[in-house]
Amino acid sequence: MNRVVITGLGCITPIGSTVSDFGRSLFAGATGISPIAAVPDAPDGNPGVRFTQAAQVLDFDPAQHLDSGVIAATNRNTHFAIVAARQAAQQAELTKHHQPGDIAIIMGCACGGRSSEESEVKNLYTRNARAHPLTIVRTMSSAGASNVSIDLRITGPTLDISTACASSTHAIGLAFHMVRSGMTTAALAGGHEAPLSWGFYRAWDSMRVVSPTRCRPFAADRDGMTLGEGAAMLVLETLESAQARNAPIFAEIVGFGMSADANHITQPQADGAAMAMRKALADAKASPDEVGYINAHGTGTQANDSTETAAIHQVFGERASQIPLSSTKGLHGHSIGASGALEALATTLALHEGRLPQNADLANPDTSLNLDLILNEPRPTGPTLALSNSLAFGGLNAVIALRSWR
Amino acid sequence: MDDIAQRCIAIIAKAKNIPTDTIALDTTFEALNIDSLDKINISFEVEEAFEIAIPDEALGTLKTVGDVVRGVEQLVAAKS
Repeated sequence: MNRVVITGLGCITPIGSTVSDFGRSLFAGATGISPIAAVPDAPDGNPGVRFTQAAQVLDFDPAQHLDSGVIAATNRNTHFAIVAARQAAQQAELTKHHQPGDIAIIMGCACGGRSSEESEVKNLYTRNARAHPLTIVRTMSSAGASNVSIDLRITGPTLDISTACASSTHAIGLAFHMVRSGMTTAALAGGHEAPLSWGFYRAWDSMRVVSPTRCRPFAADRDGMTLGEGAAMLVLETLESAQARNAPIFAEIVGFGMSADANHITQPQADGAAMAMRKALADAKASPDEVGYINAHGTGTQANDSTETAAIHQVFGERASQIPLSSTKGLHGHSIGASGALEALATTLALHEGRLPQNADLANPDTSLNLDLILNEPRPTGPTLALSNSLAFGGLNAVIALRSWR
Repeated sequence: MDDIAQRCIAIIAKAKNIPTDTIALDTTFEALNIDSLDKINISFEVEEAFEIAIPDEALGTLKTVGDVVRGVEQLVAAKS
């Protein structure tokens, strides 16, 4: 079986629209959460939602990157996908070193072109207007994967994974298995999402899981998640191909585990999350004792953070309280199907730079969780093994294991 | 050029993101690189602008900008 390494990175996120900006914000603890900007079709002042903050990409102009025809036929999530994929592909010189048919594109996206769909539906139900003929191609969840393949002329296996908040961790994990098994020699894997529409805000508000203040994962006074948007992409390829051309290697992906709670549509279960972590470690042929960092799903809700903590204690026993842990959602928010990719990017940079990102804004850590929460500033680390957890609504869990490359 | 022609050309120019002065009545769809999706998109905008309905069978016969203008003129005349 092939060893699989990461040789290209790209992103459009609330904390940076290049990987270097993302890394700067990540290690500086500079949050991308800010007051909600004007929302199309929302009444002034956004009445009816109990929160005022979101993690928005505020500096992105698609016309700087894409032809008008592509912009017209796509939703904002696909704009993010194409631009982030170009960054990663360019860095790895992906299409120069791999045949187009030997590259997979595996994307996580759960919400599709939600804002385009909402706009058309509003026009339909308020004035019986006709739907724009590009509505279907703008809104289908696979539009990001398709448009990336068209943009980069990549002809290998291309698909979209939709597993709510675990979508892009499933995507990266499946891409890892495809390259490891030899099905393809390389893959472009990650996630993209731009769901911040008025209907989306209202629907999440009704679930009463969004923070009225700001997402503070693992804080004693945590009061919910903060919604976000963005994209992150990784180029995976065989170690053999990366070494043959002396490509820079950011990290190695060594394991992938997944599970389903099979219990409740919103209430997470520790057993399911623990199973996914154990499977990722088994897939990596690694011992729990080797894990030196966990990038937690850490949404900042009471339910997620306490359940994820219970799962970590199940898997690691007494060592659970000694493994450095952070959730980076206090910086980039929760971008649903893209969040796993943003966190895989954060974990990759952490391993590459030898410093583990801190939990943002964690002045009041929940000491009852008995975890080694990284506080105040990044923590230096030697080469180690890291887990990146994604635990989705519906009980769908995905965990990838990454090793430092030295 | 009459009003209908100018409005049709403006719609096509916007859809293809090209200047209106590059489009004449005898310009072909092929020359403008108008594919099947563009055709549907432009037809929608034309229908909305003139409050007409272009029959499916007419779409396949459109080859030039002038074809569009003549078709719109007929449908607008039939409306009044």
